[in-house]
Amino acid sequence: MPTYHQRVKQFQKPIGSQLGQLDLELTERCNNDCIHCCINLPAHDANTRAREMTTAQIKDILHQAADLGCLRVRFTGGEPLLRPDFEELYLFARRLGMKVLLFTNARLITEHLADLFARIPPRVEIEITVYGMTRESYEAVSRAPGSFAQFWRGVHLLLERNIPFIVKQSLLPPNRNELDQFEAWAKTIPWMKKRPGYAMNFDLRNRRDDEAKNRAVAAMRFSPDETIALLARDEAKYRKNMDEFRAKKFMGAPGDKLFNCGACAGRSGCVDAYGRLQPCMGMRAPELTIDLLNGKGEGEQGRGEDPTNHPTTKLRDALGNFPALHELRATSPEYLRRCAQCFLKGLCEQCPAKAWAETGTLDTPVEYLCAVAHAQARYLGWLGENEYGWEKKMRDER
Amino acid sequence: MTDPNVTLQTICAPSEDVVARVIEDELIIVPLASGIGDADDELYTLNPTGQAIWQKLNGARTLAQIADELAGEFDGTRADIERDMLGMVGELARRKMVVAQ
Repeated sequence: MPTYHQRVKQFQKPIGSQLGQLDLELTERCNNDCIHCCINLPAHDANTRAREMTTAQIKDILHQAADLGCLRVRFTGGEPLLRPDFEELYLFARRLGMKVLLFTNARLITEHLADLFARIPPRVEIEITVYGMTRESYEAVSRAPGSFAQFWRGVHLLLERNIPFIVKQSLLPPNRNELDQFEAWAKTIPWMKKRPGYAMNFDLRNRRDDEAKNRAVAAMRFSPDETIALLARDEAKYRKNMDEFRAKKFMGAPGDKLFNCGACAGRSGCVDAYGRLQPCMGMRAPELTIDLLNGKGEGEQGRGEDPTNHPTTKLRDALGNFPALHELRATSPEYLRRCAQCFLKGLCEQCPAKAWAETGTLDTPVEYLCAVAHAQARYLGWLGENEYGWEKKMRDER
Repeated sequence: MTDPNVTLQTICAPSEDVVARVIEDELIIVPLASGIGDADDELYTLNPTGQAIWQKLNGARTLAQIADELAGEFDGTRADIERDMLGMVGELARRKMVVAQ
């Protein structure tokens, strides 16, 4: 019999799709006040709430994404479950045929919502960030009394209904000594196929809006040595993986080309809570974002209005701007001397988004990221104690 | 494996628990509710012949009537068309992606 239909396991590479995944930040508000977070405005901030996209505007963007072949949307924040229309938006996306990847702290998962996820599943594991394994450690990070019990309740509601989720952890001073306890628990979660992911090299405020908080965040980052200690807990495996990584030629000097990631393919994007399309979740430099609701300033568009009544930039047209990012070139002399020549590019998290969050420019080297990458390279024996990635490349070329 | 209850006299329609989308001429069926399909993370695509069958499953015509139409649109003997169509619709019915009316 001819094969008239075919099962497809993963649609990360959608058939003929122009848009692989859309990230939607439903809000920048959060019910936690985490000590390290780069995006957590107060949950009940009425001014922020008033500026956020309306239900109709978000649906319009989802519809446009579906028209571009998008089969997967990520709902993130802030805490996306804070939006009172979350359920409506979730069902709307699912009925467009999209899988929904939900990033949440799980505190607002109710019986009703868990039942909904059981009936209409997201079709991709929910991702839950964990801030501690005890009330003391969790709430020392979240700074929200009662948050640990709510997180735990949300997790159990999902477990009881067999709703797939995975967990990840932000490693911070209050919870650093709970790593083994966290991993032991994570192993009991049926959908955890590998070790949990960790955040430890934290981003600064990517709105560049709070210098004091930036200093606090920087102080909580893992040092380069601490980063290696975590990465190389299973040393043999770490070395093997990294050797394979290097062998696959993910290492190499990028030259002066600023964007070397998938953000410029125009096949993905992130819409912030106010309707501005960014190349990725981290990149908020105003000159690289596109206001999809243009024609009206922020907050001027009334809630519930039909978005088609206003001039808008179509998602398709906006995404079409991103391939031009390929043409952007670094001009910072320090970047050109170091990063542009550095063979550790594949190991280093330096990118225009991180540079902008840290320095306000797209091409200033981020010293912390440079130090972490070099510490790894030295640990792996790719560099001598006093060598640098940019010197190594030059020496190899001679 | 197909659903043995699907015969030429069956009238079928796409389940309300799936979403069908055409993306650049490719028809993709996305399970919406739990228990549809074989696994939660799977999607389905239909080839052009499968699409033609799917689009005729309107909850009003029997599969025999649909076979009549297909015989006018595609090469092949009537017997081959019936066998192939019953195979496909039967498999989709087993996965609860189409429902008998």
